Amino acid sequence: MSKTTTDGTRKAGDDQELGAAGSQLSTAPAEEGPNPPAMGVVGWVRWFWRQLTSMRVALLLLLLLSLGAIPGSLIPQTGVDATKVEQFYQDHETLAPVYEKLGLFHVYSSVWFSAVYILLFVSLIGCIVPRTWQFVGQLRGRPPRAPRRLTRLPAYTTWRTGAAPEEVREAALKLLRKRRFRAHRDGDAVAAEKGYLREVGNLAFHIALIVMLIAFGWGQLFKYEGNKLVLEGDGFSNTLTQYDDFKSGNLWSQDDLAPFSFTLKDFRGTYEPSGPNRGTPRTFEARITYSVGAYGKEKSTTVKVNEPLEIDGSKVYLVSHGYAPIVTVKDAEGDVVVDHEPFALLPLDANVTSSGAIKVMDGYRNAKGEKEQLGFNAFFLPTYGGKGSTMLSTFPALLNPMLALSAYHGDLGVDSGIPQSVYQLDDKNLKEFKDSKGELYKKQLKVGQTMTLPGGNGSVTFDGIQEWAGFQVTAQPGSGWALGGAVVAILGLAGSLFIQRRRVWVRAVAGADGVTVVELAGLGRSESAKLPEELGDLAGVLYDTFPEPTAEPTAEPTAEPTAERAEKK
Amino acid sequence: MTLADATQLAAATNEHLANISNTLIYSSMAVYTLAFFAYIAEWIFGSRSKVGRTAAALTAEGAGAGGARTGPAVTVTKAGGTAVLERPKVVVRSAAGARDVPDGPGAAGGTEKGDLYGRVAISLTVLAFLIEFGGVLTRALSVQRAPWGNMYEFSITFSTVAVGVYVVLLLLKKNIRWLGLPLVTTVLLDLGLAVTVLYTASDQLVPALHSYWLYIHVSTAILCGAVFYVGAVSTLLYLFKDSYENKLATGGTPGRFANSVLDRLPAAASLDKFAYRVNAAVFPLWTFTIIAGAIWAGDAWGRYWGWDPKETWSFITWVAYAGYLHARATAGWKGRKAAYLALIAFGCWLFNYYGVNIFVSGKHSYAGV
Ligand code: HEM
Repeated sequence: MSKTTTDGTRKAGDDQELGAAGSQLSTAPAEEGPNPPAMGVVGWVRWFWRQLTSMRVALLLLLLLSLGAIPGSLIPQTGVDATKVEQFYQDHETLAPVYEKLGLFHVYSSVWFSAVYILLFVSLIGCIVPRTWQFVGQLRGRPPRAPRRLTRLPAYTTWRTGAAPEEVREAALKLLRKRRFRAHRDGDAVAAEKGYLREVGNLAFHIALIVMLIAFGWGQLFKYEGNKLVLEGDGFSNTLTQYDDFKSGNLWSQDDLAPFSFTLKDFRGTYEPSGPNRGTPRTFEARITYSVGAYGKEKSTTVKVNEPLEIDGSKVYLVSHGYAPIVTVKDAEGDVVVDHEPFALLPLDANVTSSGAIKVMDGYRNAKGEKEQLGFNAFFLPTYGGKGSTMLSTFPALLNPMLALSAYHGDLGVDSGIPQSVYQLDDKNLKEFKDSKGELYKKQLKVGQTMTLPGGNGSVTFDGIQEWAGFQVTAQPGSGWALGGAVVAILGLAGSLFIQRRRVWVRAVAGADGVTVVELAGLGRSESAKLPEELGDLAGVLYDTFPEPTAEPTAEPTAEPTAERAEKK
Repeated sequence: MTLADATQLAAATNEHLANISNTLIYSSMAVYTLAFFAYIAEWIFGSRSKVGRTAAALTAEGAGAGGARTGPAVTVTKAGGTAVLERPKVVVRSAAGARDVPDGPGAAGGTEKGDLYGRVAISLTVLAFLIEFGGVLTRALSVQRAPWGNMYEFSITFSTVAVGVYVVLLLLKKNIRWLGLPLVTTVLLDLGLAVTVLYTASDQLVPALHSYWLYIHVSTAILCGAVFYVGAVSTLLYLFKDSYENKLATGGTPGRFANSVLDRLPAAASLDKFAYRVNAAVFPLWTFTIIAGAIWAGDAWGRYWGWDPKETWSFITWVAYAGYLHARATAGWKGRKAAYLALIAFGCWLFNYYGVNIFVSGKHSYAGV
């Protein structure tokens, strides 16, 4: 920490010349060679720590991080799309296990990726702490004293004046302070420095990175995310049992669920009716009423894509939609066993061709009077192309709805204790209804049409269609911190990259002939056209107060001017 | 919903304006092509001048001090203010160890004819820019939204902004006329791809793209891309010019082409500095772009960061540029190594735009190829 670097653009010879003047213009850690020490364990540990917190290793880790992130974008990731991962296992039988071992299906939580970023952040902390102390030290100290030979500095000017040196120094001090330099008198010169905000910005940026990482990690541990399909008219209350599927972070507990409930009043989707993008969705919105807590007042609102409803730290997103044909089923006696009930089907494509199952579990008796269960494979097209066309919907809205059913009877297997998808028939103990040719009995129904089961086994009527909307409820604590960190990061970065840290020295001494010689010099972290401009401006102001006596100054700059280059930026 | 509802929405898409837009884009391509030939003419006429400033600077110096630098040269600027003549002058020393090479005279090589063609080329570039801008504007009006809903629109807007950045820098009197030829060449390639492979008829957006974050996130992304592009060209030319200067300084004889073309470019140090300034200046904006994207993703998809391929590549690009900025503050990495990093970082940006949209599927893919 005691080591310091000088302005990066200068070479060693000049450094000695500039001495302390150029030092600590940045708090970047000292460069050390990668040669290991010949000391004991402590020496090694210290050496390792120095390496880890050096700029070179930080740079290497940064590059490793970006390299390491690449495979995750090219290889399917379990967290992003699990079905693609399964597909990959089927397509690449030898490669997949190797990938699995390397954690390539979950790169961003893999051991090696974590190792890289954890090392990077350890390095970052190990870098920030000493830099902060060093910077505080610089703030408590004073700008370094003027180098002996100001002519050696990147920007320099001089003239002679009749005023007393003390007078000039006094005025220079005032001027520099007015220009918001930190300035102090130092022997025969005034030393001043400005642009500390650059370092503040840089430190703030790096600290903000840590805050963002912690907030993100916190969010991952405590987040939850659940999905629920809700039919128009139906309600949902935020308890674990109500979800269709649910994921949560490792430290999440059930008490973290925000207590609220809502009812879906109406779902509305509109689509491009013509042109090359026919069928592309235009708007999706769900009108809901909701209440918070057990006795909360009911409010109504509309949830749209991009506009989630936020309740108590949880967000309710509209994520999907589909159709639920409403059917009535009668048994052999003509008794109604399913009364005007909607069965939600899952969309298969962009035009909402949907499939699913209709299951009749209780109350049905067949033509022989036996208790049985009924099952139908259901296929639904919101817009059917007409006879002879494919069994795929041609438009996502309900222009010409058609429900195709194939009928089974027997045991649905729902009581076997094995969890079963509501969208699929388990046909192990089911028998097909046969048509006159002895094949599986199927029928296509329009709204209002009825399918009569063979052998006087009852009927199914397609009464109409209800829409459903899929909601995702999520909460990720710490996102406020992540956002705050992000804002600080941007501001800090802007400060770090746009503000110049620079030093100015003004020396005024009586020359050999008794006339005062004024010298101004400036030093910045990089060669910038701004520094000479600023110095010229300062010199101009001082010069106006303390002009040249009469003759030309004798102390002209040594080397010969090549004027034109300086005009260029 | 009924068909009548949907038809009303469709009326929003204005065929007529869309056709005007297409015509304007094609016209701008024609004018860019003319500008391209004018730039070529500028370079060709410029080659007739035998300037050889770089060589002069490097070999004279080398001869004078037996190969070692005699210490940095000194230049003088005038102090600001009106009473310039009386005020003291500021002496500027370039960094120790840096080669002191004057900037080249530009493509025209100081020849009158070259300069004339150069001026014509710039006028044509500005004209083409205005036409293309009109094309983007009418496209936006025809769809009644921001003109970046798919890759075609993104491409035309991107090249417009890139040329816009160039024009603005010219107006600010920056020494970047040398960028003209590479810029117009890329713009023609970009537009060529846009009107052939990427063309998408004008239309509205899917609901996930309905958000004011679309305006913020994508517009800054486009601006960042345009500026990164300028930085990348400058970096690439820096590498060429630096090799050229190295060769001269070590007594080698560069080829005729290098002598003619590279000599007219700004000094390697100037190109390097320019590239750094440009990249550093947009880096905070790029950071903002990613964060704006994350906020939007939080609203649209229920999580602000999910390692979607597009997000991942934005992150990779960001880290790569951060690496570049670090490299410039790390001993042993300044100069050429840092420049390679800058080029890799720009490569990441390009891949994020073209590669991810075309080869990788993710949530962003509906941006439409
Ligand atoms: C999470 C990874 C990191 C990122 C994204 C990052 C990013 C940046 C950026 C964008 C800058 C501004 C560059 C400039 O001023 O030109 C910077 C500067 C700096 N970073 Fe980092 N950094 C990271 C990690 C680190 C680490 C681990 C260290 C410590 C070894 C470090 C030390 C520094 C220093 C000393 C500077 C100032 C350099 C100067 O004064 O020019 N950074 N960093």
